Amino acid sequence: MALAAAFPHGELLLASPVSALVRLASLAGTGAFWAAVGRSAAAILGGFVLSCVLAASLAALSARFRAVGELLAPLVAAVKAVPVVSFIILALVWLDSDSLALFISALMVFPPIYLNVLAGIGAADRQLLEMARVFRVPFRRQLWGIWLPAVLPYFRSAASLALGLCWKAGVAAEVIGLPAGTVGERLYTAKVYFQTPDLFAWTAVIVAVSVAFEHLFLAAVDALVRKVGR
Amino acid sequence: MELRIDHVSKAYGGQAVLRDVTVTVGSGVTCLMAPSGAGKTTLLRILLGLERPDSGTVHGLEGRRLAAVFQEDRLLEQQDWRGNLRFVLGSAFDEAEALTLLEELGLADTGAQPVGEWSGGMKRRLALARALLSPFDVLILDEPFTGLDRDNRRRAAGSILARTAERPVLLVTHDEADAKALSARIIHLF
Repeated sequence: MALAAAFPHGELLLASPVSALVRLASLAGTGAFWAAVGRSAAAILGGFVLSCVLAASLAALSARFRAVGELLAPLVAAVKAVPVVSFIILALVWLDSDSLALFISALMVFPPIYLNVLAGIGAADRQLLEMARVFRVPFRRQLWGIWLPAVLPYFRSAASLALGLCWKAGVAAEVIGLPAGTVGERLYTAKVYFQTPDLFAWTAVIVAVSVAFEHLFLAAVDALVRKVGR
Repeated sequence: MELRIDHVSKAYGGQAVLRDVTVTVGSGVTCLMAPSGAGKTTLLRILLGLERPDSGTVHGLEGRRLAAVFQEDRLLEQQDWRGNLRFVLGSAFDEAEALTLLEELGLADTGAQPVGEWSGGMKRRLALARALLSPFDVLILDEPFTGLDRDNRRRAAGSILARTAERPVLLVTHDEADAKALSARIIHLF
């Protein structure tokens, strides 16, 4: 009571969990809510998947051809060091706002996946590779027997880190670029109209979707680790 | 079939490991004997194509299929024996044939137990089985009986002799008993 009296506009500054949950339940009953979640998830997770494929392929090329690694090293260092908001503004100049979240999330995912897959390739057991060479084991079997068991633990920890990063950066890009009908646009609207319960509700949605996808993705990686380990 | 190692030398960081080694290996088992640290393993690595000699040549291995028991077991530790043999043999893996050889070597079927949980002697015998089951023209053995007791050493030697027929086998060891177990022609490297 005393707090309520001291801060008569408390809900405006800091929404209570109850009001955020009520707002979330009300939003979840609308098609626009699911469309926004779907659109943002498609862009952000699309960027994540694309970046994983690209980063793993380039890590394999870097391990095979030193020049590729040397060419990529300054780019990776730049992506790691430059603030994400600088990339978002730059990307807004190059791209339309609809592609922004995909591009930014891909960009944030690239360095950890690339560097960890490269480290995993470097950690592959040289003695086993020599054995495979002597017995003329085809590459496909080497991939399943030696390379994947070496790389997957590195990839797993990088993917766990990258999934959190890509949601944060992807939604930040949407808040700045304002692509229509996305979670980022809804967050921006909530901020403009001081709809604090909406802000909390959408934040909870981002966290929930991010955590759910992380669990699903890592479970799939774990299943693959078990498969290649046997 | 003859294998000729001709004036092979190899140095690492200016330190000579092999100096002008010349050896001819014919059919049957030939044992290269040398004390530990005398470059035996380096010579085997050159024969296996894993190192290039600084000078000299190796004749008789062109296009030949090699099989080896390395100084280390070099097994896929997370996989069971079937996975390890399938990795090397692929579609040529014949479970009945493999089980016969494992039984000869005194290894019972351990089911799906990863070989990482096996004893050193069991791993050694699986590494030997892997080499003997693979299709080879030349078999190279680097201290193949390490970790085996007398009975298992005798069994392993019997399996090697029974399965190599007239093909050249090159044994590298510092233990004369290994050479005797395989009735090998002994060549002292140094």
